[in-house]
Amino acid sequence: MKIIVLLKRVPDTEAKILINQEGTGIREDGVKFIINTYDEYGIEEGIKLKEKIGGDSKVTVVCLGPEESTEVIRTALAMGADDAVHICDPALKAPSPFTTAAVLAKAIGEEGFDIIFCGKQGIDDDTAQVQSGLAEMLDIPQVNIAGSFELSEDASKAVVGRRIEGGTEMIETSLPVIVSCDKGLNEPRYASLPGIMKAKKKEIRTRTLADLGFDEAPGAGASRILKWLTLPKGGECRMVEAEEVSDAVKELARLLREEAKII
Amino acid sequence: MANDVLVFGELRGGEIKKVVRELIAAGKVITESTGGSIDAVLMGRGSENEAEKVRKLGLRKIAVLSDEILDNYSTEGYAEALAGMIKEEGYGYILLGATAMGRDLGPRTAAKVDGVMFSDCVDLRVEGTSLVARRPVYSGKLLIDITPVGDHPVFVTIRPNNIAPAGEGADSSDVVQRPSGVTREMIRAIATEIVPLSGGRPDVSEADVIVSGGRAMKDAANFKLLGDLADLFGGAVGASRAAVDAGFAEQPLQVGQTGKVVNPKLYIACGISGAIQHLAGMRTSKVIVAINKDPNAPIFEKAHYGIVGDLFEIVPILTEEIKKLLN
Ligand SMILES: Cc1cc2nc3c(=O)[nH]c(=O)nc-3n(C[C@H](O)[C@H](O)[C@H](O)COP(=O)(O)OP(=O)(O)OC[C@H]3O[C@@H](n4cnc5c(N)ncnc54)[C@H](O)[C@@H]3O)c2cc1C
Repeated sequence: MKIIVLLKRVPDTEAKILINQEGTGIREDGVKFIINTYDEYGIEEGIKLKEKIGGDSKVTVVCLGPEESTEVIRTALAMGADDAVHICDPALKAPSPFTTAAVLAKAIGEEGFDIIFCGKQGIDDDTAQVQSGLAEMLDIPQVNIAGSFELSEDASKAVVGRRIEGGTEMIETSLPVIVSCDKGLNEPRYASLPGIMKAKKKEIRTRTLADLGFDEAPGAGASRILKWLTLPKGGECRMVEAEEVSDAVKELARLLREEAKII
Repeated sequence: MANDVLVFGELRGGEIKKVVRELIAAGKVITESTGGSIDAVLMGRGSENEAEKVRKLGLRKIAVLSDEILDNYSTEGYAEALAGMIKEEGYGYILLGATAMGRDLGPRTAAKVDGVMFSDCVDLRVEGTSLVARRPVYSGKLLIDITPVGDHPVFVTIRPNNIAPAGEGADSSDVVQRPSGVTREMIRAIATEIVPLSGGRPDVSEADVIVSGGRAMKDAANFKLLGDLADLFGGAVGASRAAVDAGFAEQPLQVGQTGKVVNPKLYIACGISGAIQHLAGMRTSKVIVAINKDPNAPIFEKAHYGIVGDLFEIVPILTEEIKKLLN
């Protein structure tokens, strides 16, 4: 079985995100970058599946991103992925979700695949569009926001628990399929020291747009960011105090009713 | 370019979602400037009945696709039906709720019709003749204003509880039946069953009131305290990641960067420190109340009302006080 795992390099969740001087994006200096948090669940699910099926199954990481993405690719390889494709091209500096999807579709099509795992969204642009665009371009089904995943005995189909409001939708799907993963699907493993040593020898194939047969970034220019904005300033917190706790709580309830008008 | 707007009238369990009225209001923002009309489409079981609920909201027409094949949501079936309508009628704007369904269906359909898509928007406006959508990025640490370029259908998913819902008028719109053109063979992934959340409370992503607990809750049984308070409002119980990882609460209750983004009228954080990843999920709540032992907890920087003390003492009193007020 050929398992593809998608990977994106994003700012750390703790990072302070500031707008750059030109107002065209974020300031990257001093920001630590990590594997997109949700992608970790995709990597783990891919490796787990390979371990379960055995045979000649293989996990290939596919990452579209700047040169510096090699670092997160190596981490995924150290966790246990077999090899990687790194799509890196100056024309893909800030791709739209569908540009990313079209480029990934081409690269993944060339690799061949039975199942694709990815995170339910990037924690940078937060669009959650790439996986669905990719599914359409590869003409395969999609299951988004997976909290559980089970492959059938004969590996011909899967049952995926898709999280929706108020419950879980149990989805039966044929393969190939793309599954986007949510926290709770599994416990991502850490890269072990031997894993890290081994990862150094694993192959990362770098691809440019030209290598993939594109003259220019597909679907680029269909939208434009007009402005980056900081959040509106929040109000001060009103601390409710009293000699007795019960009086403070009474006052809080009163404020919620009379001032906030929420009760 | 086409000016007409199509609103996706999401149904779950045969009932139309509250967000649909908000989408119609957003549609009006567009058509007031561009002169187009707004239609809605409802699919699957219940759509005929539920169409009545949006008849007085100023729509031109409501298309009802009640084919049995659409009774259970499937990305492929719904995307096929929606794309068919867009191609035939030439809609310029397609509005969906930023719900589990809308965020799944929107991009798939957009890719089918060579559309552009803006997800999880919190505001829409028109500048000149261009739509400008505002959406949070980096887990809500920043916002961007984004606009479409060129001639593509524009898909927008809109975060629930952000736009005042459309009001009713006298005009009632035409309800028209439409075949979906979807066949069983087109669907490779389909829902066979929906397993409801345990607890029977609404989902955090849909509740107007959320009472959330953190690591300080100490164990799962103590979450009953929060449930009692939430139930007064018909609200939901939420949890921090620390509480979920410690096994006090189930993952679907988690609020935050790796949990759900919520947008209630009232968010009560009990024993939650207010880590940046938690704030990412709840900072847009209209009113935030923080209950924490530590007067320096960062949650107080984001809260509107704060009370310093032991949640095990405070929450039961608060529940009683609110019960009195509600009676
Ligand atoms: C990649 C990543 C993703 C993450 N995603 C999320 C996410 O989605 N959601 C999320 O919540 N976190 C997330 N986190 C974790 C986050 O960083 C914090 O660790 C977490 O939010 C802390 O949870 P807490 O506030 O419940 O616990 P703590 O930080 O331990 O805080 C407990 C609080 O309870 C107070 N307290 C203790 N006893 C009492 C009492 N009796 N009465 C009143 N107050 C009391 C304490 O003063 C303290 O402020 C993420 C972290 C990472 C690295």
